[in-house]
Amino acid sequence: MSIHPHVLIEGLSKRYGDGPSVLHGLDLEVSAGEFVSLIGPSGCGKSTILKLIAGLNPVTAGRLLVRGQAPEVARDRMAFIFQEPTLLPWLTVIRNIEILLRIRKVPRNRCLKIADGMLALVRLNHVRNHYPRQLSGGMKMRVSIARALSLLPELLLLDEPFGALDEMTRDHLNEELLDLRKDQNWTALFVTHSVREAVFLSNRIVVLAANPGRIHEVVEVPLTYPRTNETRDSNAYLRVVSEVSHVLRSVEGQ
Amino acid sequence: MKPREYWTCARWFLPVFSGGLIVLAWYAVRILGDIEPYVLPTPGEIIRAAVEERSVLFSAALTTLKGAVLGFLTAALVGFGLALVLAYSRSFRFALYPHVLVVQMFPVIVLAPIFVLWVGPGLPSVARIAFLISFFPVVANATQGLISTDANMVDLFRMANASRLQEMLLLRVPFALPFYLTGLRIAASLAMIGAIAGEFFAGSSAGGTGGLGFMVIIYFAQLKTAALFATGFVACLCGFLFVSTVLGLNWLLLRKWHDSFERTDR
Repeated sequence: MSIHPHVLIEGLSKRYGDGPSVLHGLDLEVSAGEFVSLIGPSGCGKSTILKLIAGLNPVTAGRLLVRGQAPEVARDRMAFIFQEPTLLPWLTVIRNIEILLRIRKVPRNRCLKIADGMLALVRLNHVRNHYPRQLSGGMKMRVSIARALSLLPELLLLDEPFGALDEMTRDHLNEELLDLRKDQNWTALFVTHSVREAVFLSNRIVVLAANPGRIHEVVEVPLTYPRTNETRDSNAYLRVVSEVSHVLRSVEGQ
Repeated sequence: MKPREYWTCARWFLPVFSGGLIVLAWYAVRILGDIEPYVLPTPGEIIRAAVEERSVLFSAALTTLKGAVLGFLTAALVGFGLALVLAYSRSFRFALYPHVLVVQMFPVIVLAPIFVLWVGPGLPSVARIAFLISFFPVVANATQGLISTDANMVDLFRMANASRLQEMLLLRVPFALPFYLTGLRIAASLAMIGAIAGEFFAGSSAGGTGGLGFMVIIYFAQLKTAALFATGFVACLCGFLFVSTVLGLNWLLLRKWHDSFERTDR
């Protein structure tokens, strides 16, 4: 792990226009290679945090640095995975994976090579020339992940990417995500509503409280990687799930 | 018969059947009401008039189509260009959109003589009137498509540091395509109406046959009511051809990926 935090947030506040504070006095450090999940009740600003880190929204007050730089400057080393797959419906799967590379003016041959590699990584070669509407929800999300990873990001921001999927598909994609991370070792900030998912994936879970959004508690996950389906049956896993659920309930009761 | 087969047959049979009933009712009104042929000709008389006037109607239809196509194509190009400008910035929208609305609201009956004064009667005026009538749905639909692009997709492009041009060409334009094509569909039918209305007010037979709108004036003056009806049906036919061409383009461009074609694909 690097000495400097990958993401540094100090006294961060965010408000839209004259509205109330969405986030207030947020302090958080994420080290390189960490997998950190953000969990909390609706409206606590989880997605806002990701958008601020991505430089998609300006910070109202406080400091936010990614690799010691302003988010807008560090953008080319990040990738964002949205709640919806956000695939371009007029492009085939392979063209969807290529699109961000094309925007970054990567030569055509290299685009194709990287996209094919990513497609193989998410095991979707057989739908290479399909259009998004021909894919299942899980497949679409895998294409979305492949597209994000095609940028070879150092920091991956995931905004509830599996929220709309059934539990089995979600579990399966959680395992795939960790498999992919073994090869690329990006730092991840992951927003979710699922305690089970957060515990399975993360090194640390940041539990947020709402009105205004703030950090309530940070829970360490003392489970080793690799994590598999068996991990979900282990006592250690169930204990952390119980602990986080307890913290979350106390936040929601506030 | 299985339900699917029934509906396939019904799709063809029912319009023919209801059409037959309308023709019967038409004859009944004419005969039972003892109406004069110059007031209400029968379908048979209309067909006879269409056959007798076929060469005139054919040339007139070609003239009208020329004006309509010219107006439509200009509307498709200018409308899309204007939509790009309107979508580019909110300031442009505030500055220009009210004027687009004014042009749309301006009555053709007033515009026609103005165009005749400016560019002379016949095709130049007719095409301009067809253009003015048909370009608003193109501008309105294309602008709507360009500005309502999925916010997450826009963020995705911003994350990749896409330029405004890349965002417009690779994201907003393809996203707006179905909207634009809907605008073109409406514009196609309006262009025909615009061309005929234009010929009615600014048409000319100089240098050849006048268009269908011009023929309406001639047949009306001669009290050839059956030929008037025949002109109307020829105009309908031209309109169908025109709109069908645009629908074909719609099918060609969207069938592979757009949800509106999902059922026919499966």
